[in-house]
Amino acid sequence: MNRQILGYALFAIVAALLPSFGIYPIFVMKILCYALFACAFNLLLGYVGLLSFGHAAFLGSAAYASGHAIKVWGLSPELGILYGMLIAALLGFAIGGLAIRRSGIYFTMITLAMSQMVFFFFLQAPFTGGEDGLQGVPRGYLFGLLDLKNDLNLYYVVVAIFMIGYFICWRSVNSPFGQVLKAIKENEPRAISLGYDVDKYKLLAFVLSAAIAGLAGATKTLVFVSATLSDAMWQMSGMVVLMTLIGGVGTFTGPVLGAFIVVMLENKIGDFGRMIADTTGVQWFSSLGESVTIVMGLIFIICVMAFRKGIVGELSHFFTARQSKSQ
Amino acid sequence: MIDIFGIPIQAFLGQILLGLVNGSFYAILSLGLAVIFGLLNVINFAHGALYMLGAFLAWMGMQYLGLNYWVMLIVAPILVGIFGMILERLLLRHLYKLDHLYGLLLTFGIALMIEGIFRSFYGVSGQPYPTPDSLRGAVNLGFMILPIYRGWIVVASIIVCLFTWFMIEKTRLGSLLRAGTENPKLVEAFGINVPLMITLTYGFGVALAGFAGVLAAPVLQVSPLMGANLIIVVFAVVVIGGMGSIMGSIVTGLGLGVIEGLTKVFWPEASSTVVFIIMAIVLLLRPAGLFGKEK
Repeated sequence: MNRQILGYALFAIVAALLPSFGIYPIFVMKILCYALFACAFNLLLGYVGLLSFGHAAFLGSAAYASGHAIKVWGLSPELGILYGMLIAALLGFAIGGLAIRRSGIYFTMITLAMSQMVFFFFLQAPFTGGEDGLQGVPRGYLFGLLDLKNDLNLYYVVVAIFMIGYFICWRSVNSPFGQVLKAIKENEPRAISLGYDVDKYKLLAFVLSAAIAGLAGATKTLVFVSATLSDAMWQMSGMVVLMTLIGGVGTFTGPVLGAFIVVMLENKIGDFGRMIADTTGVQWFSSLGESVTIVMGLIFIICVMAFRKGIVGELSHFFTARQSKSQ
Repeated sequence: MIDIFGIPIQAFLGQILLGLVNGSFYAILSLGLAVIFGLLNVINFAHGALYMLGAFLAWMGMQYLGLNYWVMLIVAPILVGIFGMILERLLLRHLYKLDHLYGLLLTFGIALMIEGIFRSFYGVSGQPYPTPDSLRGAVNLGFMILPIYRGWIVVASIIVCLFTWFMIEKTRLGSLLRAGTENPKLVEAFGINVPLMITLTYGFGVALAGFAGVLAAPVLQVSPLMGANLIIVVFAVVVIGGMGSIMGSIVTGLGLGVIEGLTKVFWPEASSTVVFIIMAIVLLLRPAGLFGKEK
């Protein structure tokens, strides 16, 4: 336990110092937004066992809602983010309420279909700017004091938001509520027979997950001063599944690590492809940057076939196995 | 000119026909999904990508080998089916003992790869595929003008769907399949090679997707992403119909296509979302789906 707190303190210090090492703050903020998104998703998959393939709807709706509130209504950034979260939570209530009526694979298909409906709504709604997206959202002043147009100021705010979101996830899982969720994941009929209103717990977890995904989406709007359709597309839902799967389903640090890997991959794969093309002489590899999906698909297959616990999951499994051997 | 609710009957029937064409694709694809799900308990996310593969094989056959539509209508589904069987043997087979979600994730990865590979070679723009000569033109039915190819899509899909229904419900092979869906262990004890049956079933299911792809090639542009959005609608169709019954899949697919066509006439903005709205309503009223059985 103490070691855990030490780890998080270390993370906070490193995160605070990163910009002074000359690392581009926007890049780290992007990773943090996706990491929070993945944590929210993992709350559902890792601790309730529900695979949602529609989480992009919550990221996207919060991104649009907060962008609209800040740009058109002139709300302050903190209220804009709260508004985005509220919208995502309400949407989560609606979609979750429908999806938990079925379980397993149907649950996944329903979330996917509903999020596609949300996507079409954003595509056609007049306030989203259609294919162009919502551009030029002003960052404004946090609490009227802190100028967020300064990237470094915004960076510390995003780090703080990420930690709050992460803490909410951590706290919910390590609470009586979280224990019930785990019980539902392990054995739903048993949980029902013990008198728990399983649907209520599932719905609450879904709304919580949607709200935190919304927090990530609204923060992303502030970072990129825009909200675009790609936030709400099903590819985004697929990406968050991949992040969680690579890092480790049902671990806390896994989704964060997964988000880091996937964002790095997206940004650096073009360079990597050119490097392979130079060394092997196969010209096709130089176009690898445009076909990130092939690599993502391949990683999906490898993860599912050989690596189901994810990086963090496999590591902790390895260490506990060694520990129990040495005892 | 006869009007229905202020809309000329020509436009009205035209949209219904378009709806039937889309509905035919929904029917074949959801049928394939249902057959695969029945025996494998896997939702085949790669179904849309394999539909695209079927269309591309037809296009490639014509482009590189000069093979005409009719040859590819037979060859492309067979190739897609063989490809599917290889996937099942190499990858899917190892996941049956695990949570069904892994099968979904694996096939999602496969779909991403197939689509990514085609996109890196052919870009996102569509390739035109000409309508075969014998199916060009249109007939005047008196009350409407029917483009022959569109009529052919509907007829061909219904024939294939009914053939599948007949095979599964009325033949010995089909009864083995249904028994395997109920209780694979017992069927295996009777000396039936269940693993082989599973491989063949998966191959057959994806071959249906490939067939739909070839049918679609002349009316839709052959593009790497043609299956990606379709598959999500088909998932909604499957949720609405429930995967319990073969006939249910066919009827739901065609019916939803027609409803979508009608929505295009009366409220065009909602035509892309109407299937999802219906899904939401069905979930509220009858969570197991129209033809599904409550577990």
